Amino acid sequence: MELVFGNHAAAKGAIDAGLKFYAGYPITPSSEIAEELSVELPKVGGIFIQMEDEIGSINACIGAAYADKVSLTATSGPGFALMQEGLGLASMAELPVVIIDVMRGGPSTGLATLVGEGDLLMAIWGTHGDHPVIVVSPGNVKEFYIYTQKALVWAETHRIPVVVLADEVIGHSYQWIDEWPEPIKIPERTKERVLEIFENPDDYLPFATDEEGHIVPLPPIDSGIKWHMTGSAHDVDGFPTIMPEKVKRLIERLWNKVGDIRDELIDYEYLGDGDADILLMSFASMGMSAKQAYLELKEEGYKVALFRPRVLWPFPGDELAEIIKKNGIKKIIIPELNAGQLMLLTKAFLADKGVNVQYVGINHQYGEMISPDEIKEAVYNG
Amino acid sequence: MVKKPLPYTYTEEKWIRDRYLPHQWCPGCGIGTILKAVIDAMDDLGWEPEDVAFVSGIGCTGRSSGYVNAHTFHTIHGRAIPVATGIKLSHPELHVVTMLGDGDGIAIGGNHFIHAAKRNIGITAIIVDNSIYGMTGGQVSPTTPENMKSTTSIYGALEPPMDPISLALGAGATFVARAATWNPVHMRQIVKKALEHDGFAVVDIKSQCPTYFGRYNGISDPVELLNWYKEHTYIMKDPSDIREGKLPLGIFRDNKSKVELSKKYRQLFEHLRKEGENNG
Repeated sequence: MELVFGNHAAAKGAIDAGLKFYAGYPITPSSEIAEELSVELPKVGGIFIQMEDEIGSINACIGAAYADKVSLTATSGPGFALMQEGLGLASMAELPVVIIDVMRGGPSTGLATLVGEGDLLMAIWGTHGDHPVIVVSPGNVKEFYIYTQKALVWAETHRIPVVVLADEVIGHSYQWIDEWPEPIKIPERTKERVLEIFENPDDYLPFATDEEGHIVPLPPIDSGIKWHMTGSAHDVDGFPTIMPEKVKRLIERLWNKVGDIRDELIDYEYLGDGDADILLMSFASMGMSAKQAYLELKEEGYKVALFRPRVLWPFPGDELAEIIKKNGIKKIIIPELNAGQLMLLTKAFLADKGVNVQYVGINHQYGEMISPDEIKEAVYNG
Repeated sequence: MVKKPLPYTYTEEKWIRDRYLPHQWCPGCGIGTILKAVIDAMDDLGWEPEDVAFVSGIGCTGRSSGYVNAHTFHTIHGRAIPVATGIKLSHPELHVVTMLGDGDGIAIGGNHFIHAAKRNIGITAIIVDNSIYGMTGGQVSPTTPENMKSTTSIYGALEPPMDPISLALGAGATFVARAATWNPVHMRQIVKKALEHDGFAVVDIKSQCPTYFGRYNGISDPVELLNWYKEHTYIMKDPSDIREGKLPLGIFRDNKSKVELSKKYRQLFEHLRKEGENNG
C-alpha cells in the first residue's frame, strides 16, 4: 500500500508511459505535477523546462511533438485559457500534446486554491474553429495515473491534442494505492511504419490518410524524411491553401476525426441494477461524491444508478440514452461545480434520442464540494 | 565541411521546394534577399537540409519556411521561438533556425524572444525587420521610426521605436548583430556567423517593404527605399562607432563562453546517470 498525492500520480503515470518532454508554467493547483517531473524527467533523459508563460509552454510542447513525440504540460483555468491558441495549432497541425487542467474555481483568478469544474466547455470548444480534441476526466487519484497515460498514448497514436480534466480535489487528495496498474507505453515513431504507407520517403505527405481514412503516422525526425506543417488551412502536403475543395476535405476530416475513433475512446463507469428510476451523473472529483451518494441511497433502498463519464469528448450520448431506455430512468441528477456545463452537454446529446427525463442540477460555484448528503437530499425531495 | 561560397546569382536547388514557386511576396520585398542569404550561408557551412529545422511564425516572413526544403514548421503568430525551443531541446543535433518578423518576433513574440536570449538556447533568430505589419495591410510595428506613417499611424507614429539589438543584448543573447538588405554580401557574412554560433543568436535585418512602409512614407520605389535604408545605416568599425540619427550594422556581441542550453541538459543527464550508477 502506498499513500499517493493526486498530482504526483499524474506525474508518475506520465513517467511510466515513457514521457520525455514537459514544458509548463507554475499555477495552483497544478504545480506539484511540474515539481515532481522536474525531479524525475532528467533521471530518464527527459526534458523538463519551465517556460516564460503558458503560451510558451504549449508551443514548446508542440515543438517537441513535431520533433520527437507526444509531450505534456499541466496548468489550471487561467493558464489553460492562454493555451487555447496553441491547442488550436496542435489540432490543425495534428501534433500530439497533452494538457492536464487541474481545475479551480473561476472566472479569472477566481478561487486559486479551491475546487471548481468550470472548464469543461472550454476544454471541448475553447479554441476557435471546428477542431478535434479528446477530453478525458479522471475521477480519483488512481484514475489520474491511468488517464494521463491513456491521454499520452491516444494523443501520439491519433495525432491529436488531449485534455485531462482533473480538479483541485483530485490533484490535492491523497489516496491509498494497493497496486499500480500495468503501465501503457507511448508508441515510438518508426520509419518502417511510414514506409508501409509511402514506398518512397520523398513521397511522404504529413496530412495524408491511410486506407482506413486515419491520419498517417509521423516519421522520426532523424529518419531523413522531411515535411512541412502549418496552422493555416493546408493540403495533404502541409502547404497552405485556400482552395475550397481542399479546405473542405481538411476541415471535414478534422471535425470527424474524434467520431471516427469514438468506439476506442468512449469510457465511463456505470453502476446500477437495471431498474433504476434516478440516474446520478458527475465528472472529475464530483464523481466521487456522486458515487458515495449512490452507494448510500442504494443501501437505503432507492432505485438509483450512477453514470460517471471518464471520457467527456467524444461525449457518451448514445450510451447514456441506451442506459436511460433500458432502465426506464425518469430523472437525471447532475451535481457539478459549475453553472451546469455537463447538464448542457447532456441535454444537447439526449435531445434527439427519444428519451423523456426530468433534469435536476445541483451546482456549487464557491469552492466547496457538493456533499453526498446534499445529493441524497435532492433524491429524497423527489 | 565548409564549402567554397556560391556566387550570389545562384542557390543550391536541394534547399528549395521549387514546386511552390513563384513565392507570394510583393515585387521589391526584402524577404527573398534575406531567405537567400540564410540558405546560402547554411550551404556555405556545409549543412544538409536533413540537419536543419526551419521554423517561422505568421506574417509575410512566416511564409518563408514553406519554401525551404528542410524540417519546416510554419507555426502561429509570435510562437516560432517556443516551438523551436521544443525542437532544439528534443533534438539538439539539429540546427534550429527561425525567421521572424519584427511584429512577430518582438511584439507578440517579445516575451518568448527575451526568454530564449536569457536561456541561451541554440536557436538562430533572423528578424526580418521591415518596420511594418505587411500581411495585415501595413500597420505600425514595434520598430516603426517615430513620426513615420502606416495604416494605423497616419498622423505619424507617436511611440519611439524599439531597438531589437538593445533588447537582445539586455536579455543576454550571446550573439547579437544587425545587417541590412542593401548589402547582401555583408548580410550573408553576418548570417553565417550567427548560424555557426552555438547559443541564442540574433540578427536584426533592416529590410524594405515598398508596398506599405515605402508607400505610406513617400518612398514606394524599391530601389529608392533601399537607398533610404542605406542612408540611414552604416557598417560600424566596432560597437563604439556611433553616428547620430543612423543605425550601425555589424556584430555587437559574440560571446562563446556560455554553454548552450540543450548541452546543459545533456550534461545534467550524464551527471544523473553516473550518480545513479554510483548509488546503485
